[in-house]
Amino acid sequence: MKKTVVLMLALVFMLGLALSGCGSSEKANSGGSQSTLEKIKDRGKMIVGVKYDVKLFGLKDPKSGKIKGYDADLMRALAHHIFGEDKNIEDILEFKQVNSKTRFELTNNGTVDMSSATATITPEREEKVDFSNIYFVAGQSLLVKKGSPIKSIEDLGPDTTVIAVKGSTSEKNIKEKAPDAPVKLFDDYAQAFSALKAGKGDTLTTDNAILLGMHKQNPNFVLTGGLFTSEPYGMIFREDDDEFRKYVNDFLNEIKESGKLAEIYKKWFGEAPPEDILKENTMLK
Amino acid sequence: MGRWVLPAPFRKGGNELDFSAVFSNLDLYWSGFLRTLETSLIALVLSLVLGLLIAALRVSGIKPLAFIARWYVEFLRNTPLLVQVFFFYYALPQLNLGFLNFTGFQAGVLGLSFYTAAYVAEIVRAGIQSIESGQMEAARSSGLSYTQAMIYIIFPQAIRIVIPPLGTEYINTVKNSAILAFFAGADLMYVADSLQGSTGAIFAVYTTAGIFYLIITIPISVFVNFLEKKLLV
Repeated sequence: MKKTVVLMLALVFMLGLALSGCGSSEKANSGGSQSTLEKIKDRGKMIVGVKYDVKLFGLKDPKSGKIKGYDADLMRALAHHIFGEDKNIEDILEFKQVNSKTRFELTNNGTVDMSSATATITPEREEKVDFSNIYFVAGQSLLVKKGSPIKSIEDLGPDTTVIAVKGSTSEKNIKEKAPDAPVKLFDDYAQAFSALKAGKGDTLTTDNAILLGMHKQNPNFVLTGGLFTSEPYGMIFREDDDEFRKYVNDFLNEIKESGKLAEIYKKWFGEAPPEDILKENTMLK
Repeated sequence: MGRWVLPAPFRKGGNELDFSAVFSNLDLYWSGFLRTLETSLIALVLSLVLGLLIAALRVSGIKPLAFIARWYVEFLRNTPLLVQVFFFYYALPQLNLGFLNFTGFQAGVLGLSFYTAAYVAEIVRAGIQSIESGQMEAARSSGLSYTQAMIYIIFPQAIRIVIPPLGTEYINTVKNSAILAFFAGADLMYVADSLQGSTGAIFAVYTTAGIFYLIITIPISVFVNFLEKKLLV
């Protein structure tokens, strides 16, 4: 009896040691005088934070285990840019999952070199971290059937039914911007889209990224009227990591020139990026 | 994307028992209440007519008709109501027949009526078949036709047995009408869901919805109890 207890304790202790070992081995580490880029090159790979659960940006494919999306592909291109096109991506890039709560902290404390995780640039966030140029402009838009008379939010009135999702900010926004239009609410985006397809309403409204996903799934439905709210996305860097941030901004401009950015953008969103993509982040502090 | 705001009760200073979101939207609740009442009443009438018809087919003794009636009951009773209404609302429009594109309200009423009719049919059939066979024999030997015997002898006795389970079934119908919330049907549950989404008040919003449902179901329950006692004599 006593022996088993001692053995168990020893096992627990060893397990604890092993776990703590894992935790510290792969840290990108923020300390020291080395620049982020030098550290990445010394390490031989870049560690970036992306989301694993956002369609079109960073979604982990349960079958292959690969991260798929715009964020993930941009990071792959960046890794190739740093280490060379001929390298095997598995060796030079490591994804770490971040979410809306952890992405800033994990970047600041050096767990990841940077994050590309659907983060909206805001003045409050600029206090804690730095952002790249605007690599995607999210905002609320309208999805309609091809050939619909609805061309913009001004066309919404008492006889155009709007479909939205319960509890979303888009519901609130549309009620403010088109107060006369009746709104039908559904439980999730899949149902809302089914309702639009079944002709239960004239247009569906939510973030353009989600609408673009629906458009990709069924090209008979198209986005219309542009964006009537605007949320610029930026990649996240440690506060004052100016050298690396500039390096990445230059890289983004370069692939914009070469057409690679448009290619990746089109792959995920089914259309060309807006003219002013990579607009400078004016909130930078 | 990154724009989700925590519902009020989870934010600092939130108060779960704050009913102000409900009180400032009572008109919405009343409109939802009327819609739920309307749905339940139409479904009650339609399902009673259809249910009686199916029960009649089942006890008719005409094989093909009894067969159809039986399988109607099996299909409708053994699939979830939600699946049936999804079928009416989302699947039928795929056939591209203009008149089959129902609103959430219409799809819900149809689904509820067809579904409840299967239960009504079973309740009525069981009631009829529970009357001793001697009753039928006696009626027939006194010169009544089969149909006359059914209408004047069997049916009045069966009603007594049928009323209590039928009452329970209609209370279920009122509660089942909450599926309209899935189809933008503007019923009580839809109102509660939407208010929960826009105000974040969870406790108050659903408690109030529950109370409104009781306003409909308790009187039905009392009425059925009353009928039950009256018919026993």
